[in-house]
Amino acid sequence: MSIDTREPAKPVLEFKNATLNVPVLILHSANLAQIEHQLLEKISQAPDFFKHSPIVLDLHDINSHDLSLDVQTLIELLRTNHFLPVGIRGGNDEQNQQALTLGIPYHSSQAVTHPVSEKKVETLKPSVTIEQPAEPVENKFINTPVRSGQRIYSRGDLIIAATVSAGAEIMAEGNIHVYGALRGRALAGVQGNPNSRIFCSRLEAELISIAGNYKINDEIDSDNLNKPVQIFLQEHALIIESI
Amino acid sequence: MARIIVVTSGKGGVGKTTTSAAIAMGLAKKGHKTAVIDFDVGLRNLDLIMGCERRVVYDFVNVINEEATLNQALIKDKRCNQLYILPASQTRDKDALTKEGVGKVLEELSKDFKYIVCDSPAGIERGANLAMYFADDAFVVTNPEVASVRDSDRMLGILSSKSRRAEQGDEPIKEYLLLTRYSPARVKVGEMLSVDDVQDILSLHLLGVIPESQSVLNASNSGVPVILDEQSDAGQAYSDVVARYLGEERPHRFIEEEKKGLFGKLFRSK
Ligand SMILES: Nc1ncnc2c1ncn2[C@@H]1O[C@H](COP(=O)(O)OP(=O)(O)OP(=O)(O)O)[C@@H](O)[C@H]1O
Ligand SMILES: [Mg+2]
Repeated sequence: MSIDTREPAKPVLEFKNATLNVPVLILHSANLAQIEHQLLEKISQAPDFFKHSPIVLDLHDINSHDLSLDVQTLIELLRTNHFLPVGIRGGNDEQNQQALTLGIPYHSSQAVTHPVSEKKVETLKPSVTIEQPAEPVENKFINTPVRSGQRIYSRGDLIIAATVSAGAEIMAEGNIHVYGALRGRALAGVQGNPNSRIFCSRLEAELISIAGNYKINDEIDSDNLNKPVQIFLQEHALIIESI
Repeated sequence: MARIIVVTSGKGGVGKTTTSAAIAMGLAKKGHKTAVIDFDVGLRNLDLIMGCERRVVYDFVNVINEEATLNQALIKDKRCNQLYILPASQTRDKDALTKEGVGKVLEELSKDFKYIVCDSPAGIERGANLAMYFADDAFVVTNPEVASVRDSDRMLGILSSKSRRAEQGDEPIKEYLLLTRYSPARVKVGEMLSVDDVQDILSLHLLGVIPESQSVLNASNSGVPVILDEQSDAGQAYSDVVARYLGEERPHRFIEEEKKGLFGKLFRSK
């Protein structure tokens, strides 16, 4: 095949502005050991969710408290834990420069070195994405079976109107509803919400967990197996109740 | 445009090649120009089941590498002039298949054929992934036992996420369940899962149940797709499968035990 250069070329690319949802890591301390410890804790709650997750570092808070942070070490720390840092914001000139040398762009909209009032930035450039204070939670709805080997993550509730196979893993920061047999692993409240619940029309799960408190199939009372149930936390104990 | 069917399973030895040969012949006998491709590079045996092993000159890999044209490599079936076989190479390994190469061959075949049946190798690696990547329909071949059902479930997950249709956001691959080597007698004594058990786990559209049958072994040994043995239970079951796939409604057979002696009657559960 050869390209005919006489014809006006059809555009094969275009640039567009897009607003993407990227998790932001807001730091309140410059103590790297502490950061690492708490980061690992978070990861252990949802290892697959964080794996290869893009992330933006927000240094606004630590800089406003004049804490000094080694950006390079922090970025390396994130990368060894399989995060993909894609930007920093609220950094000072030195931090921005450090980030750039590691191939990470900085966003200056909230940089402390440019003490422009945030309001002004907003009115001047409404297209600059500024974090919404309370993002609406996104529930996820699925109506095909979740198969062995598949993983689903929802930042809000997760509603599945089909079966969840053994060997599948479903996770939600909020509640989980399964209108079918639940045979795989179900983890609700993975960011630590103790009030989240799991509902299913037939409990056959390999593992159930709420905010990190889990039970494997062997530990589930056989009276509850193969029944419609709801599962919730009461004083750190998982309660399974038929519905 | 051809309709591309992948015959897949995850688990090995469940009856994919037997099924590919049978449905390809079945579709061709109904007058649809059909090609059947062996994706099991290095372990070819579709040509044996089709009885054309002595007529192989060029193979799938030769065509991908442009060492032969498609027309040179396609073997025309002697029993049905609507059926062509594209054999696998016995001397290469699975890395000889590339997504680009497979895509090109399928595209070329699509111009001329109504159905393209892809006989997938076992496993969930390269060969199997390429066999299913371009598919429009998937026949998921499953034996009534736990490991096979689990592997089919895994394969279904891959079909719904790693196929071309999934990647391009098109309508998903149509998935059909084919339960093979089914033995009602063994189901009854609890040695095998029942149709309902399997359906409960996989929740898939059941295209047919193929009984465990000596006729399959006889057919393989003589290089005749079992669907041509019209007297046999397995042959009839495959005919039903083809008819259902083409839109005909046919009741399911071979799910209950055939001969019910006094003993069977006494212990019948349904
Ligand atoms: N319905 C059946 N009744 C009896 N034997 C069968 C039946 N279907 C398949 N077989 C036998 O099972 C064996 C495996 O069948 P086949 O080669 O079709 O499976 P496959 O899934 O293609 O295997 P592979 O994964 O190795 O490619 C063969 O010996 C075949 O004759
Ligand atoms: Mg085979």
